[in-house]
Amino acid sequence: MNGKGLLKGLSVTAKRFFDSYLEDVRWLGKKATPEKIAFRSSKDARGTFTVQFPEEKLPVPEEFRYIPFLVYDEAEGSKEIRCTSCGICAKVCPPQCIWIVRTNDPETGKPVPQPAEFYIDADICMNCGLCAEYCPFDAIKMDHDYEIASYHRNVFNLEKLMKPASYYAEIRPHNNQREEEARAAKAAAKAAAAAAKAE
Amino acid sequence: MATPTLTETLDLSAKFPGAVTADARPGYTGWIVEAGKLLEVAAFLRDEMGYDLLSSVTGVDYLPDEKMEVVYQAYKTTGGPGIFFKVQAPRLDPIEVPSVVPIWPGADLQEREIWDLYGVKFTGHPDLRRILTWEGFSGHPMRKDWKEAFYEEDAKPFKSRWPEGRIKMAEERNPFGDNVTFDEGFDPEKWTSNDPEEALYTSLKKYTAETSDGIKTDHILVNMGPQHPSTHGVFRAVVILDGETVVSLKPVMGYLHRNHEKIGERNTFLQNMPYTDRLDYFNSMSNNWGYALAVEKLMGVAVPERAEYIRVIMAELSRIQNHLIWTGMMLNDLGAYFTPALYAFEERELILDIFEAVAGSRMMCNYFRFGGLARDLPEGTLEKIKDLVFDRLAAKVDEFDRLLTENEILVARLKGISKLSPEDAVAYSMTGPVLRAAGVPYDIRRAEPYGIYDRFDFDVVTQTDGDMYARYLVRLEEMRQSLRILRQAIAGLPEGPIITGKPQYQVRVPAGEAYGRIEAPKGELGYYVISNGKPNPWRYHVRAPSFINLTALEKMCVGGKIADFVAILGTIDIVLGELDR
Repeated sequence: MNGKGLLKGLSVTAKRFFDSYLEDVRWLGKKATPEKIAFRSSKDARGTFTVQFPEEKLPVPEEFRYIPFLVYDEAEGSKEIRCTSCGICAKVCPPQCIWIVRTNDPETGKPVPQPAEFYIDADICMNCGLCAEYCPFDAIKMDHDYEIASYHRNVFNLEKLMKPASYYAEIRPHNNQREEEARAAKAAAKAAAAAAKAE
Repeated sequence: MATPTLTETLDLSAKFPGAVTADARPGYTGWIVEAGKLLEVAAFLRDEMGYDLLSSVTGVDYLPDEKMEVVYQAYKTTGGPGIFFKVQAPRLDPIEVPSVVPIWPGADLQEREIWDLYGVKFTGHPDLRRILTWEGFSGHPMRKDWKEAFYEEDAKPFKSRWPEGRIKMAEERNPFGDNVTFDEGFDPEKWTSNDPEEALYTSLKKYTAETSDGIKTDHILVNMGPQHPSTHGVFRAVVILDGETVVSLKPVMGYLHRNHEKIGERNTFLQNMPYTDRLDYFNSMSNNWGYALAVEKLMGVAVPERAEYIRVIMAELSRIQNHLIWTGMMLNDLGAYFTPALYAFEERELILDIFEAVAGSRMMCNYFRFGGLARDLPEGTLEKIKDLVFDRLAAKVDEFDRLLTENEILVARLKGISKLSPEDAVAYSMTGPVLRAAGVPYDIRRAEPYGIYDRFDFDVVTQTDGDMYARYLVRLEEMRQSLRILRQAIAGLPEGPIITGKPQYQVRVPAGEAYGRIEAPKGELGYYVISNGKPNPWRYHVRAPSFINLTALEKMCVGGKIADFVAILGTIDIVLGELDR
């Protein structure tokens, strides 16, 4: 019969139509609750699928990556930056948007493991995350803050790039824990080696 | 179920003494063919040896050796390894190589690309014009001695970044207005597009017909695009019409050309990985895989079991979401405005949620590394994948089936239109669902298995009609087959490391050539990589299915109606990031 296929297809549309109202009633008045968002991204999701950005926001997963930032440890009021200006991030960066000036000791002229200047041209950055992946000091990490639209050119300097280790632990708890354990193990091995040498 | 490897006993040099020699350079394989004998050898390979599918043609500039090389990769549609053969020419203009279009029509657009980017003249080519760059372009940009306007250094990393990296923004170094070079005496202000456009328009087959009642008719020339809703980007087709019927058609492309391959040759091997994401931006997981495969071949590095399984899971999820989005967008083209598209987006969102959790980005995944993966599946992700694969996607594919397959309007629009015979499909180097819809059971996952595809039980989906409806049915069924593979891959996923050796940002790649190819959702995606032992590839070529599948566009459209052109372009499934590179 002609039209049978059309009706069959329309039954799918009709089901979807009613589903969206049923779901609306179910979540009536509840905006952006974590349960609603979890339901929306589960296998049972149905009905209205979208959220009302920016009032409602989807949580980003831990591995989500946006423009990099530099981690510093807080020690008695001073900020100890983890970066040693070794330059690996600048070398691995595919669009070459990281610019580092190494600190030199004013007396001896020898390099000091600290960046004097550090720039990331965020408008050129392609958010690939290779800098964070290959940093041997856990000093450069990818951020979760994706709302950086502005009227000007986004060139981030050292001041703008520095964020505390506590912030890093907050956005990437699992990664941070793994790295802290690895650092502790490394320090312990070093201490044991030093003790063995002293004997 | 491993396909038995065919032992290649073919000795071309004995068959063509003096004209063909084995390529003896370390790390290279295949044959070097005398330019004069090229057509004879090609005809022999196609007719006697069964290498009916010319996968890829590309140029290589060996500047230090003063040589220009054209590399051909031919395969059999019955499966098995391919054959590489090359033609070398002295690097002195005009560089001339005979065109293989009479043997393999699929070389048409590819030879035009080599002419455009390398300046190799293909004698006997029916329509040798620039293809990716514009008509007034100066020089041939892929040549090693051609420097782009924003040129800094031959190879990354640039020395100005560290340790004295005082920032200089790109626009300061290269102010607007000075960022293009032109031929001497060329003034862009005075240039009118008449002459090159004339060449384009004269390349179309025109006609003057007289109807039986003696009334003279004329043709109409229509430009579809570059800004047309059906083209999914900036793609243009010039069409000659007789009333509503398409008489002749030429695709015009390159509006999104960024010389991806030149960027790739300045990059280090690893730096190319995130750039491959930007080719077919719907399927960055597949793109990553093809490139990783080529470089892994050169490095001779094995991939751990767990990584192989995760690669399959990611690639098949990617295929499902690509076919979903294709179905939705195809229906948009047919006029079913956005209902199927948004249903498709819903499932795609859930798959992209997984990519985001695993790789950190929904579309630009950058997840594969040479010899493995960037990171293991984060906690809870496998459960999410299982939920989708076992409890949701199969039902949703069935829902699409109910929604569309028997719909009378859809059937009327698709059935019997734009038929492509299997012979034509192979001759035009079509790959992927379009080829299989024509009845050729050619799927690289089965024809020359890569990764661990030889372990899975799945069907190569084919249809026999070769029309647009067959292409729709093939993609629908392929989603089901992907789910079948996914179920097996999830069941077999072992524990273990996800990368061989320590992750390295500067990999050592021995000198040589390698061609890595995979069955991407859109067709055969190949990467031809040449290393000369340095940190940057000497040659990095992408065999893009979107680009090469357009070779048969004219064949598929001529004789049909102009309204169907929109649908035909839709059924080929192109993406401009990959098409224009």
